[in-house]
Amino acid sequence: MLTKEVRGKLVDIVGGENVKDSQQDLIVYSYDSTPDYQAIPDAVIKPRNKQDVSEIVKVCNSHGVPIVPRGSGTNLCAGTTPLEGGIVMIFNHMSEILEIDDENLTITVQPGVITLDLIEAAEAKGLFYPPDPGSMKISTIAGNILECSGGLRGLKYGVTRDYVIGLEFVMPNGDIVKTGGKLAKDVAGYDLTRLMVGSEGTLGIITEATLKLIPIPETKKTMLALYDSLEAAGNTVSKIIANRIIPATLEFLDQPTIQVVEDFAKIGLPTEAGAVLLIEQDGPAEVVERDIEKIAEICRETNAISVQIASTPEEGAALTAARRTALSALARMKPTTILEDATVPRSKIAEMVRAIEKIAKENDVQICTFGHAGDGNLHPTCMTDARDKEEMKRVEKSFEEIFKKAIELGGTITGEHGVGVMKSPYLSWKVGETGVDAMFAIKQAFDPNNIMNPGKIFAKDTRKRVVVEK
Amino acid sequence: MSVTTDMKRNEQIKKDFKEKMDYDELLNCMRCGFCLPSCPTYIETKGNEAASPRGRIALMKAVVDGKMEPDEDFEAQLSLCLGCRACEPACPSGVKYGHLLEQALDILQTKKKYSPPVKMFRSLIFNQLFPHQSRMRGLNGLLWFYQNSGVQKVARATKMTGIVGKHLSTMERVLPSIASPKQLKNRPSHVEAEGVVKKKVAFFSGCLMDTMFMETNDSTLYLLKKANCDVVIPQTQNCCGALHAHSGEMDTAKELAKKNIVAFEEGEFDHIVSNAGGCGAVLVDYGHILKDEPKWKQRAEAFSAKVKDISEILLDVGLPEMELDPQIITYQDSCHLRNVQGTFSAPRKLLQSIKGTQFMEMKDADQCCGSAGTYNIIEQEMSMQILDHKMAKVDEVKAATIVTANPGCLLQMKLGVEREGKQKTMKAVHIVDLLAEAVKYKEKQLQKV
Ligand SMILES: Cc1cc2nc3c(=O)[nH]c(=O)nc-3n(C[C@H](O)[C@H](O)[C@H](O)COP(=O)(O)OP(=O)(O)OC[C@H]3O[C@@H](n4cnc5c(N)ncnc54)[C@H](O)[C@@H]3O)c2cc1C
Ligand code: SF4
Ligand code: SF4
Repeated sequence: MLTKEVRGKLVDIVGGENVKDSQQDLIVYSYDSTPDYQAIPDAVIKPRNKQDVSEIVKVCNSHGVPIVPRGSGTNLCAGTTPLEGGIVMIFNHMSEILEIDDENLTITVQPGVITLDLIEAAEAKGLFYPPDPGSMKISTIAGNILECSGGLRGLKYGVTRDYVIGLEFVMPNGDIVKTGGKLAKDVAGYDLTRLMVGSEGTLGIITEATLKLIPIPETKKTMLALYDSLEAAGNTVSKIIANRIIPATLEFLDQPTIQVVEDFAKIGLPTEAGAVLLIEQDGPAEVVERDIEKIAEICRETNAISVQIASTPEEGAALTAARRTALSALARMKPTTILEDATVPRSKIAEMVRAIEKIAKENDVQICTFGHAGDGNLHPTCMTDARDKEEMKRVEKSFEEIFKKAIELGGTITGEHGVGVMKSPYLSWKVGETGVDAMFAIKQAFDPNNIMNPGKIFAKDTRKRVVVEK
Repeated sequence: MSVTTDMKRNEQIKKDFKEKMDYDELLNCMRCGFCLPSCPTYIETKGNEAASPRGRIALMKAVVDGKMEPDEDFEAQLSLCLGCRACEPACPSGVKYGHLLEQALDILQTKKKYSPPVKMFRSLIFNQLFPHQSRMRGLNGLLWFYQNSGVQKVARATKMTGIVGKHLSTMERVLPSIASPKQLKNRPSHVEAEGVVKKKVAFFSGCLMDTMFMETNDSTLYLLKKANCDVVIPQTQNCCGALHAHSGEMDTAKELAKKNIVAFEEGEFDHIVSNAGGCGAVLVDYGHILKDEPKWKQRAEAFSAKVKDISEILLDVGLPEMELDPQIITYQDSCHLRNVQGTFSAPRKLLQSIKGTQFMEMKDADQCCGSAGTYNIIEQEMSMQILDHKMAKVDEVKAATIVTANPGCLLQMKLGVEREGKQKTMKAVHIVDLLAEAVKYKEKQLQKV
């Protein structure tokens, strides 16, 4: 519980209506989309502007109260679970699109703007904001920035990081800092913009962001290629890229995933196929036409059972929309769905898929795999039941082996979902002890009192992975 | 209520939550949040997680887990839920939110100590009035409901004050003209197809529909006849139980379900036709309502499998040509018809086939209008906020005719027209009434020629 003094000070800043601490408020901000993590905060606070944020941070800093900034709570690394209590800060009052600048091709937004609203606002002006995470209907732009989210168009267009060109953030001491701007070039000092991107709310609070937009591609075409196995699909992926074609989207789903997605979306997906690749190309009509034909040819050469090209844009959109539901749809199979985010160099995708299948078999756990194949970003997803402690041990072991294999192949423990609590014990596996030390030095310089989202990224002890309930 | 009885009630509720809530279904929610953008109360509260499906499920789970007391806030939050179930088709994980809500309300209801006037009111509505078709006819349902002075007492006893009076009198103004007792007595039991029989159907007439909305039922029978359907109307049927199931009166809902199952087991027909989205959604759910009664489960499922909305049947068998004076028509989905029965394109297709008119889809037509059974009386503030936003969408497409597929929605949309003071230029109608008018209009035209 907050002390009377702290609570009083917070109320003075934002008003009583913006400090919430009823039982109900605390419960509904105690979780995010990460399975099996829950921790009750002491209060929920809704700042109205950056001055509010700055004042709140000052109070928390001097009283050692943790702050957990939260967007829509869709992260998958327990990034907004308030493990050490404190206040959850939400941005319902700071969710406006401030400006679309069509001379500089930028958009400036407040942190609480929903990703899809931003994308649609840009499109209404003939402009394009490519990062489109599966959760874009719900996720906030700040959440995207702080996790450096990727999307279905990542292969060709990159991830959130590649579009953030300016930020305004509040430091843990209350200072307001502005970085970057509507600039194509800017080397004035350290690149704080990049540092903040993917910092998971551990360094400061974003209060405004300027993002780069690009012209909207003229046309796009979508196709599905069907395979006997995920491995065969993996081979196609490597081949397409080796042929110097970069499709906008190159996603894959295995058979159980196709099945559950079809159960939900009912758009006639081939549920009997062992795996499918969902491929999309965009750009000028001739280029799209040529690329799609070439890709279809490669698919057939690499043992696709069949290749289907969507006949209308609506049909294509239905396919990509269905793909976005994969994770949630898998959740219908078992009480607990734990998803991982291992990423390997593209050329290693088939090998990684093979390893995952083997690991699942050896540990006798059910793992389905889908993901951003073109990015080498796999989402092996385990269907289990958190109440079955024995099985949970095997699940944990499987994921450890998957991480190990990914790193062996030159990959990483997380491609886009962030470290949070989930992957903190493994961070040093990827970046080494010296890497963790360097990161920790930055954390200490920014946040000496450790009030910003404590317990995230840096593990108390390494290696031991916690999936059981807190 | 004294402190000790209060505590006792709390303990009992917690125990019941542990024992009766479907924990697997609660766990089935993986908290992805895909349902948030489709939830009207989440939108209207500008993103209050507690007023979202994900939040409400988390609250129910917290009570089961012993992490939270089922306090007043908790009950208020469940009461604020429209029960529109827009969160269900949006959920990739297939969480049956409606069933969870029903279970929770049922527990809270049976443990509820109402103040004497509210208790009397509930008993009248749920036990004395709706289950008895004859009384519905005699008292003429809702009209009594609104006009009886008891309602005002209840309004004062609960938190509704001030604007309630005004709201109720507007509500009275939008009620349909009431059929005479004599008309009500002479309801048909069989209607023959006009030409060669294409389908045999049974008609679920509904307690409200066959009293207050008798004209709409007549239109339904007229259209079925024109579409060459042979119609039987089993005389022992009664109220579907929707109001009971959604207000935590589960036992009465079960009794009503059984009576209806028996009533529709005789005679040969392909479908049971319903013309009210709210009723239909409960009729297709009888299998679930009676899932714990082995003797009834199968019969209930057989019943539910036959239920179809009138618009699906009419689209399937085909209506004669339709025409109306030029006007812009828009359609407001009935939540339960859309989200539970999955019917949304049939009514639109039928409306689009009316010559002379223009169909315009309004934005967010799939979102609840705020009527939701008794919601617009109990949660009036939220209901009116939703309605006003809805009317803004109607205005955007410049519609002169708002079509609905459920009596509650119809009254609510009529209220919306009244609130905007547009009675002269805008009307709200039930889809079958408009279709019947369009069939008759065309017939007249042909006779002239
Ligand atoms: C079904 C599903 C599909 C998904 N698909 C993808 C996908 O395709 N690609 C992908 O990359 N991710 C995906 N995710 C993960 C998740 O949606 C993303 O990480 C998303 O960016 C989180 O956004 P959010 O608004 O929910 O942020 P939250 O989860 O609320 O927060 C994320 C992080 O941002 C911090 N934060 C939020 N606001 C601020 C602020 N103003 N200042 C400082 N810190 C802040 C939080 O502390 C936290 O560390 C998916 C998740 C789900 C449930
Ligand atoms: S969409 Fe379904 S699984 Fe996701 S939060 Fe809502 S109810 Fe839960
Ligand atoms: S039933 Fe309607 S109001 Fe209730 S949680 Fe679902 S979408 Fe929201």
